[in-house]
Amino acid sequence: MDASTEPLNLIVNGEPRAFESRMTVAALINALELDLRKVAVERNREIVPRSTYAQVALSTGDILEIVHFIGGG
Amino acid sequence: MDAHVIDEDGWTVAGRHFGSRLIVGTGKYKDLSTTAAAIEASGAEIVTVAVRRVNLSDPKAPMLQDYVSPSRYTYLPNTAGCFTAGDAVRTLRLAREAGGWNLVKLEVLGPPPTLYPDMPATLEAAAALIADGFEVMVYCSDDPIAAKRLEELGCVAIMPLGAPIGSGLGVQNPLMIQMIIANAKVPVLVDAGVGTAFDATFAMELGCDAVLVNSAIALADNPVLMARAMKAGVEAGRLAFRAGRIPRLGAANPSSPLTGLIR
Repeated sequence: MDASTEPLNLIVNGEPRAFESRMTVAALINALELDLRKVAVERNREIVPRSTYAQVALSTGDILEIVHFIGGG
Repeated sequence: MDAHVIDEDGWTVAGRHFGSRLIVGTGKYKDLSTTAAAIEASGAEIVTVAVRRVNLSDPKAPMLQDYVSPSRYTYLPNTAGCFTAGDAVRTLRLAREAGGWNLVKLEVLGPPPTLYPDMPATLEAAAALIADGFEVMVYCSDDPIAAKRLEELGCVAIMPLGAPIGSGLGVQNPLMIQMIIANAKVPVLVDAGVGTAFDATFAMELGCDAVLVNSAIALADNPVLMARAMKAGVEAGRLAFRAGRIPRLGAANPSSPLTGLIR
């Protein structure tokens, strides 16, 4: 089976998310309709530098945190 | 002294110069447009912000950045809600990636109801962040020894609480705040507990470099008016500090001459 057609199961911000095929971090942000310039991503507790979003391929079982800035004191 | 000299009084933290000595938080407002209006009225140039998960069920919800522009205001990411050194470091690494800023506000808190700064954890997190290239403004207890340790570690500003977060009780321990100021070579800010403009003035009269206010503005009946009051309060306190107050006397000292009276 071609790896690119394997289903992709992720945990994003604590929620299970299933996708039909493998994708990069950039594709995930796009699929979630988020603004790439306003978020930061941690994959399995490691920061994913923004400059690498288009290259970093996600794997089933990856745990992602996607954050942004909100009001705070 | 002319007006120009009176107004020429900013402060510098981590090599960055600011005219306003009021830093405001962006939390607890009823909506983002009130947040923006109050911050504008406060005259603040630095705003604190929190780092949180994006809401995946509503990705197009209005965002803070759309109302409070990071190109106009210096965003100071905080670690509110972090109760361990590890969580604080992790949060600020994400903040740096999201915004590209090294200047951060570190706070590691103990559990409710005090939310008092956990100083061992704060010292641990500060050391890790400084080693990782961050410029750390640190929320801390009003403890001159801990404050000095944080400065020696390399923190760029020391920010003792005036009173518990959100309590609005004002500066409860002015003696210790003054001792921290007297011993510090980096800016000292009162960070928590301001309830009204008087408290900000009082903190500035003690000799603080700046004051950080959130709840007192955001939760006031009229946040925009209170923001303006805080601006005036901070300016009044700073001017009074620079002017040098008169000594406190134990007896009356008449304001009008006692000579030349009619007989």
